[in-house]
Amino acid sequence: MSDATIVLLVMTVGTFALKSAGPLVFGDRALPARVQQAIGLLPAALLAALTIVSTMGDGREIVVDARLVGLVVAGIALWRRLPFVVVIVVASAATAFTRLIS
Amino acid sequence: MAPFGVVFGAAAATAGLSLLQAIGFSALVFGGSSQFAAVEILSDGGSVASAAIAGLLLNVRSLAFGVIMAPALFGAWWQRAAMSQLMIDESTAVGAAQSERRWRRYGYLVAGIGVFVVWNLTTIVGHVAFAGTGDLITDLGLDAAGPAAFLALLWPRLSSAPQRRTAIVGALIALALIPFAPPGVPILAAMVGVVAARFGKLDEQPSDAPLDESGITP
Repeated sequence: MSDATIVLLVMTVGTFALKSAGPLVFGDRALPARVQQAIGLLPAALLAALTIVSTMGDGREIVVDARLVGLVVAGIALWRRLPFVVVIVVASAATAFTRLIS
Repeated sequence: MAPFGVVFGAAAATAGLSLLQAIGFSALVFGGSSQFAAVEILSDGGSVASAAIAGLLLNVRSLAFGVIMAPALFGAWWQRAAMSQLMIDESTAVGAAQSERRWRRYGYLVAGIGVFVVWNLTTIVGHVAFAGTGDLITDLGLDAAGPAAFLALLWPRLSSAPQRRTAIVGALIALALIPFAPPGVPILAAMVGVVAARFGKLDEQPSDAPLDESGITP
């Protein structure tokens, strides 16, 4: 078995365990109120963290590049209540344009 | 998403993985950043253990995703297990952004299945073509599509003060940890950090706006 296949199998089993732990352990039982309150805040933290890391992260480096322009443009588009697809397109276009002129 | 699938297929081909192995990663592991990490380490001649551990570390956040999504992923144990396989950033983000339980499940499944299909098809395309497509993605600014999508999903929550504070603190924790932690860990730390802060001052106010409770209480 090649190295890649071993890594593949280990990651398949491990990742599945990580993914299914929550749904299998908790099921659809109601969680205690405090836990629910805390969990209610998780998506905001998750989405904010994903936004910032995918904009400014590059491995272990913090970088400021054209992606940040795209994010700002996306913010303006959202503030103007433009549809989701338009937000994505103008953000990508702004990033591409910034790279073109810089 | 699609461009990254092509890039993963290309990276896998460049690292010497067979087409079957590349598809195996995309279909069985199904976690973009972890696949990239493992293949990159293998490509650099890293050990089996380091590749697998780095890959798995990037998926530890699935534990937290699972806790978020658990109430929405109801059903028999095998159904819950099957739905769990679709648990990635995108499906959790789309699902968690909905306010009702059934819409959370629906959003999660639609996003998860959609990304799964595109991700696997584009992995094949990338492996077969494996040309240097990295330039094309940046030329078209498509690397800003992910951030813009995450911001769009976050946006409606920012009108509630507790949610806004949570988002700001989460973003700052993640940003601060980028240089010090392996990829994936800053995101996990941001989530753990805000929950810890929440429990620290639990009695302050029961104010977390309709968004918090609505989708979670069965």
